[in-house]
Amino acid sequence: MAGIVSRLSHRGARRPGTTDPAWVRWALTATALLFLAVMLFVPLVAVFAEALRKGVAAYLESFGDPDALAAIRLTLLTAAIAVPANVVFGVAAAWAIAKFEFRGKNVLITLIDLPFAVSPVVSGLIYVLVFGAQGWLGPWLMEHDITIIFAVPGIVLATVFVTFPFVARELIPLMQAQGTEEEESAIVLGANGWQTFWNVTLPNIKWGLLYGVILCNARAMGEFGAVSVVSGHIRGMTNTIPLHVEILYNEYQFVAAFAVASLLALLALLTLGIKNIVEWRAHTALSAETKPESP
Amino acid sequence: MKRFITALLIGTATLAVAAPKPVTLLNVSYDPTREFYVDFNAAFARHWETTTGQKVTIKQSHGGSGKQARSVIDGLPADLVTLALAYDIDAISEKAKLIPASWQSRLPHNSSPYFSTIVFLVRKGNPKEIKDWDDLVKPGISVITPNPKTSGGARWNYLAAWEFAKRRNGGDESKAREFVSALFKNVPVLDSGARGATTTFVQREIGDVFLSWENEAFLALKEFGADKLEIVVPSISILAEPPVTVIDKVVDRRGTRAVAEAYLNFLYSEEGQDLAGKHFYRPRLPAAAQKYATQFADVALFTIDEAFGGWKQAQETHFSDGGVFDQIYK
Amino acid sequence: MNPSRKTNVLPGFGLSMGFTITYLCLIVLIPLSAAFLKTATMGWPAFWEAISAPRVLASYRLSFGVSAIAALVNGVFGFIVAWVLARYTFPAKKLVDAFVDLPFALPTAVAGIALTAIYAENGWIGSLLAPLGIKVAFKPLGIGIALIFIGLPFVVRTLQPIIEDLDADVEEAAASLGATRAQTFFRVVLPAVLPAWLTGVAMAFARAVGEFGSVVFISGNMPMKTEITPLLIITKLEQYDYAGATALAVVMLVASFALLLLINLLQAWSARR
Repeated sequence: MAGIVSRLSHRGARRPGTTDPAWVRWALTATALLFLAVMLFVPLVAVFAEALRKGVAAYLESFGDPDALAAIRLTLLTAAIAVPANVVFGVAAAWAIAKFEFRGKNVLITLIDLPFAVSPVVSGLIYVLVFGAQGWLGPWLMEHDITIIFAVPGIVLATVFVTFPFVARELIPLMQAQGTEEEESAIVLGANGWQTFWNVTLPNIKWGLLYGVILCNARAMGEFGAVSVVSGHIRGMTNTIPLHVEILYNEYQFVAAFAVASLLALLALLTLGIKNIVEWRAHTALSAETKPESP
Repeated sequence: MKRFITALLIGTATLAVAAPKPVTLLNVSYDPTREFYVDFNAAFARHWETTTGQKVTIKQSHGGSGKQARSVIDGLPADLVTLALAYDIDAISEKAKLIPASWQSRLPHNSSPYFSTIVFLVRKGNPKEIKDWDDLVKPGISVITPNPKTSGGARWNYLAAWEFAKRRNGGDESKAREFVSALFKNVPVLDSGARGATTTFVQREIGDVFLSWENEAFLALKEFGADKLEIVVPSISILAEPPVTVIDKVVDRRGTRAVAEAYLNFLYSEEGQDLAGKHFYRPRLPAAAQKYATQFADVALFTIDEAFGGWKQAQETHFSDGGVFDQIYK
Repeated sequence: MNPSRKTNVLPGFGLSMGFTITYLCLIVLIPLSAAFLKTATMGWPAFWEAISAPRVLASYRLSFGVSAIAALVNGVFGFIVAWVLARYTFPAKKLVDAFVDLPFALPTAVAGIALTAIYAENGWIGSLLAPLGIKVAFKPLGIGIALIFIGLPFVVRTLQPIIEDLDADVEEAAASLGATRAQTFFRVVLPAVLPAWLTGVAMAFARAVGEFGSVVFISGNMPMKTEITPLLIITKLEQYDYAGATALAVVMLVASFALLLLINLLQAWSARR
């Protein structure tokens, strides 16, 4: 592990008094890496080891199954609806909460957190209680031939619920920490609300927003419990990737099950890769601008 | 897949002679029937098309029996259900009024086209010499069964053990309770479903004996190797009847009654019965039963109606909250 | 609900607030109220009996207790991980960074199966621990491992942007005024990140309490010993007892809501100080 803690933060060289002694850096980095290795890396390796047990050919074959493809399509569709919906909500909520003072703010923040605290089993169940055949709207929906539960709308709703707080929760502390001065000066200088948001606020929160989107997306694609309750498990129609994994596992098709599961892990790594590219581009652009000033 | 393509080809060929509109059915079933219905659906689609010229696609949904029944109650548009216990279909009748209360008398053999029983799966060579139910309560024997409160199959396990002990002790219910309670003391892990329990026993190598549906035990031998496991058939076991029915309200709304009923009748046909036998369910039809006779050991089977007065009563006494099973764990 | 600060010149309060409230009601509050109303159909004595049976009480102890321990473990290690990722550079850092989100992406059932395979007595880690007399899978310890796995990203991802945004000027100022690095850390850095840390730990806890998919595989589900509350909810549903199931859900909800509210108030208080 020699030389692991070589350079300092990507923000460029830090100034004296803001860095930790070498031994602290060493010890912390080693602790963090060991912890991540045991808690995260080993399970990930286990997933891939199982997926590749019968070779690469068998691994790839798992994705040719039309039911697997249908599951992948449904998962992508669900995430494509749920994530933007929660981004719009997250930005609106963070704007209202971070930039203004009002009574009951803490209750509102807590209500936004609430979906984290709801057991996935229950978050599926509540939609069944509202839209199910025995639920509040069930008979009316049946009369008008609208299906929500056990179809795509129900799956999307459950996913939106489960990923509800991610973007808002990422943005609120960040925007609170940043205060309102910059926006206020923009307004005073004559910018309108949207201009202020696009040109002042957004650049300041973009990393937090990106984190939020990535987390929201990962969770949207990986959610199992809540979706399981509202899906109906119809093969090739209402199974998302996680549900398809369960089906394969229950059919003793372990290789295929873990192969499809590894796809979700890869998707997560892919989104992170995109994030890093965006980050790196922004950085080179920034350092090109500020080069003369940097020490 | 090949069958699917041939079906497709035949489909397009018959399309020329003004074939009726293609139809889809949704069969909502429980976990262990996946492999069977893959074969059966293909066979039925062929049969239906040759007799009527209509193309039929059968969609499948699998899950725990209780959960599946709940989905149907809450509006999953199943044309027909093929579940693990009559109790779960009774719930569909009772809670959602989708089918008449007399549903079970509409088809032969209590609407169960095939049946099964509970057997023991042990490690190769049967190192702990487990022969019958009373070996399960011996100290040092570790028994794997799913949780009867969440798994339909596990309820059959529990009831079979209970009835064995009751008969052994001249009908003494308190002795039966002691026996079942001793048995569950030997259970180290209660998985929530049957297939999870199989994995615990086979993959994690926990436990000396696994109480399982007979068809699931055969499937486990096939999937995980007969060199690792073997089946032990106890002296007496329970007649496990997984029933089937069309969901009247759904088929009438969708106009699929004829094809749905034909589907269930086809389960009783020679071809359907043969497929059931092939997938380790015990067939009803004498010809098919004969064909697979060597596969299934002879075992004295009792029914839930004669031993427990039906599912409703068994459920209330043993598995509802505060029932006998809960008291075991007090 | 007008903003109380009269001097605020920023626009868009009405729009953003209106949208927030509407969306919150439609997606969260109205469906959740369905759970409360369902519970209300069962009457007080039945409700009390459902939520206070000995097995249920044992499951609360397990669910809340193990979740709290897991959240604290994540609080400590998650902080170290976030600090290392935000402040230091080492090879393959981007890859390590990416790993942190794994628990979100991996379906919980897969996580449960993978963890059980690893920590069972014939698994990679389980077989190393078994000779030491440590059993993980099918014991409360196994539940703890699963919950640490599930909750880790909450702590790391809440802290990371805050640590990255910490102004180096403040630390530098502290140092130039003669503070040691340790003093700077405890007096300057820690108070600044404490609100985010609390949020992260609280969310990890709240998520862990309700977790089902990964835990059922590794817990063993033994009544009174390793049976979590969400499993009891499923058990009630198996008996078609919707009201009983929502009763347990309501208890968990109210407890989690109270905890989250407490932490949000603490944060607001510490921010005002």
